[in-house]
Amino acid sequence: MTHPPAGGAWLPGATDPAVIRNFCIIAHIDHGKSTLADRMLQITGVVDDRSMRAQYLDRMDIERERGITIKSQAVRLPYEAGDGRTYVLNLIDTPGHVDFTYEVSRSLAACEGAILLVDAAQGIEAQTLANLYLALENELQIIPVLNKIDLPAAQPEKYAAELAHIIGCQPEDVLKVSAKTGEGVAELLQTAVDLIPAPIGDADAPARAMIFDSVYDTYRGVVTYVRVIDGRIGTRDRVAMMSTGAVHELLEVGAISPEPTPAQGLGVGEVGYLITGVKDVRQSRVGDTITTANKGATEALGGYRDPKPMVFSGLYPIDGSDYPILRDALDRLKLNDAALNYEPETSLALGFGFRCGFLGLLHLEIVRERLEREFNLDLISTAPNVIYDVVMEDGKALTVTNPSEFPDGKVAIVTEPIVKATVILPSEFVGTVMELCQGRRGTLLGMDYLSEDRVELRYTLPLAEIVFDFFDQLKSRTRGYASLDYEPSGEQDADLVKVDILLHGDPVDAFSAIVHKEKAYSYGVAMAQKLKELIPRQQFEVPIQAAIGSRVIARENIRAIRKDVLAKCYGGDVSRKRKLLEKQKEGKKRMKMVGRVEVPQEAFIAALSTSEPAGKK
Amino acid sequence: MTAPNTATPLSLYVHVPFCASRCGYCDFNTYTATELGEGVRRDTFHEHLIAEIHQAAGQLATNHQVDTVFFGGGTPTLLGADALNQLLASIKDNFDLAPGVEVTTEANPDSVDRRMLDDLKQGGFTRISFGMQSSAPHVLATLERTHTPGASSSAAKAARAAGFKHINLDLIYGTPGESDEDLQHSLDEVLAAGVDHVSAYSLIVEPGTALARRVQRGEVPTPDDDVAADRYELIDDCLTAAGFDWYEVSNWAKPNAECRHNIAYWRNAAWWGIGPGAHGHLEGRRWWNVKHPHTYAQRVSAGLSPMAEEEFLTADQRSLENLMLGLRMKAGISLDAFPSNDDAIAALTEQGLLDPAALELEPSRLALTRRGRLMADHVVRTLAA
Repeated sequence: MTHPPAGGAWLPGATDPAVIRNFCIIAHIDHGKSTLADRMLQITGVVDDRSMRAQYLDRMDIERERGITIKSQAVRLPYEAGDGRTYVLNLIDTPGHVDFTYEVSRSLAACEGAILLVDAAQGIEAQTLANLYLALENELQIIPVLNKIDLPAAQPEKYAAELAHIIGCQPEDVLKVSAKTGEGVAELLQTAVDLIPAPIGDADAPARAMIFDSVYDTYRGVVTYVRVIDGRIGTRDRVAMMSTGAVHELLEVGAISPEPTPAQGLGVGEVGYLITGVKDVRQSRVGDTITTANKGATEALGGYRDPKPMVFSGLYPIDGSDYPILRDALDRLKLNDAALNYEPETSLALGFGFRCGFLGLLHLEIVRERLEREFNLDLISTAPNVIYDVVMEDGKALTVTNPSEFPDGKVAIVTEPIVKATVILPSEFVGTVMELCQGRRGTLLGMDYLSEDRVELRYTLPLAEIVFDFFDQLKSRTRGYASLDYEPSGEQDADLVKVDILLHGDPVDAFSAIVHKEKAYSYGVAMAQKLKELIPRQQFEVPIQAAIGSRVIARENIRAIRKDVLAKCYGGDVSRKRKLLEKQKEGKKRMKMVGRVEVPQEAFIAALSTSEPAGKK
Repeated sequence: MTAPNTATPLSLYVHVPFCASRCGYCDFNTYTATELGEGVRRDTFHEHLIAEIHQAAGQLATNHQVDTVFFGGGTPTLLGADALNQLLASIKDNFDLAPGVEVTTEANPDSVDRRMLDDLKQGGFTRISFGMQSSAPHVLATLERTHTPGASSSAAKAARAAGFKHINLDLIYGTPGESDEDLQHSLDEVLAAGVDHVSAYSLIVEPGTALARRVQRGEVPTPDDDVAADRYELIDDCLTAAGFDWYEVSNWAKPNAECRHNIAYWRNAAWWGIGPGAHGHLEGRRWWNVKHPHTYAQRVSAGLSPMAEEEFLTADQRSLENLMLGLRMKAGISLDAFPSNDDAIAALTEQGLLDPAALELEPSRLALTRRGRLMADHVVRTLAA
């Protein structure tokens, strides 16, 4: 076991780029990325065995519980290689989910190499494949590794062949490790030193560093993670954000090893953190280039992009008096989430809430879960929808992020976002998954056998169809064996209509949906039937209608209630009956009035629930 | 003993917690011999009740006059005429009884005969109530009632012969498997029996009963509310045509044959409950006794109060109770005693649930229409909101 050598080459800001190796680990959840990182921390001696805790680098509780990494981090590891030199390994962690493709791409751009980590019992998954393609686009050196070779179900030969086929190497080149036992991890580190190129940059040029992550910390403000490309950033510099020109003092520069350790500066090829005192991650955006305020660079590094919300949903507190808490909670989450967008919204049915924009379904779900867990809120979320561009016959154009904003007049063109989706699945399920994709207006782009029984399907699909319980359907049709990845792929015109749901003649905004014309009828029928079950009988007959504009496409009736009386009420029943009435009076307060119809809060939740975002991906 | 003119009327309820067998729908505080367990004897249980009668008389301020007595259960007649008469005698000894006091006992048609009825009449009972439920054998079977069809009307006729002027028959309607014809036959039998009072209750599947378990297992369908509403109207039509008038949601009587004891409940008057699980009410204080006969017997034997819990009602709670109880009666409620809610009254009148005629008759009086009777709880919630 090695320990950081004192002074010299080890110190950030004074490291020869020739001994730096920057790399990340590309892996599917549960394929052992965090465990492998834990072993690397131990083998390089930056964490001793006593203070080691599982998944050391995953900081948030949600991450640890769900086994997924939301925010990336970078850790600096000293490693004494076979040639006797001490190398600096910067392990850059990457978020592992489809919603965070852009963040992944920036993490990859900070690296020269990538460890492709695949479970030897399961083979490669769609998201891993997608991230692998991203890494190849960034010209990263790929080191294929099979993990969990200690498992009885491991099939290292089969999956080594699969990986070799995908990346075009020899099966013998695929390393085999067990992150759990540590077997093969030292060899992996040596291979990383041998194969991954050292960073190249111009030490004398104006400083340019790329932000690949930005995290809000209650005590320190925003901690910005950067990879220095050219020049040097020192503690005495003032820095400028090149996308906005904003200038900040540098309060601290350092590297994580594995706790934040201040240093004098960061030089070419180095990875570390900056603290400027800003309080909002929007002021320090992933992908942006940082330079020095004095004699700074004039040309930013490529690839910066504003985070763009793709999926929208209304979030409403179940208890209306929680609205201020929800507002404060969103303000707090926003500090650490540059992609979270929201604005106040009022729903006839649900009261005061926020229309929120998310990168995708998982992002939505994580935000919702954090709001509920960290701020103790009970929320209703409306069915997620995508963003539509609508052009009216009179030429007026508008953007719709909420079905209730969909215009009633004569619509000429509606465009919707589409995605390129990749599904990896056992070949026996190809038929049923193709049927699913076809039913969701998909266009087949291609199909490849990764090995004799595993298939990669590529489709173009409307994002709206993916947002609407696609993942649940995919999982249930493939008994959980399929994996899905998708990336934005532009827009297309589509024959879309808004279906309104009317209760006793009054439209219920929370239930409106924008759906394809051919599916409008089945959506309307299903929603009307569901509401008939959920809404209690009223004093009068209540028609439930599904309508496109003024045309009713489905109808159900809730018959008027005729009996609401306790048969017996004698002396011994009085207390119990009074308490029941008191309770019912309280329940009445939780009723929402839609026109003259009383709808229990629970009915809204239940009616919106089937289209809730799918679970863990 | 002569009561002063200022005496407050008091009603006494005596609970007899025994049944020969348990009916499948029943969730009352009653016990069969096997359910009762060791330590309590049915044949001497009336002695414990007498002990509580003594306690009650000792605790009560003297200016009360007992206007009604009601023996309920369970099956009071399982105690036998002697024990029931002893209990009534004890009440007479310990309380001031009003002239014309109403004394009722519930009875299972199977557990009375002519001799017993004679003895009860002799002892001072003035009214008797039989649990008939239905005349249809398959309905009685679903309810797990043990008596044979026809037993109730025979018992009612025997009671009349014994000199009882006031006789009630209980009906249950809306039992799964009951048809309109079945109910009509039951009503025919009631009318033929010549009684002056009918109580009719829609079947409620109470949680924890054998019936609830059978419904849950899918052996018996859930009673349908719309069917129950139709049957209610059928009963009301039939009884009205036969000279009965409704005076409470589930009760019909010939003129001057209303049950005064139950009216006391609905007027929120004063009553004292004797026996296991019995409730009492005195001016905004409600209390109830321990439920199990064994615990009850131990308490009263030791000279302790059998009370389990009590509650003191707030002004709002009393007002809600007055509303929910008073509105069940044909006479309705006087708005003077209740904060009025004009919008709610207008809406309920428009919905046909409150009777505009009652309002016109007396501007501060609210009463239910027939549709309103079936929606009484909704009306109360709306008025109280």
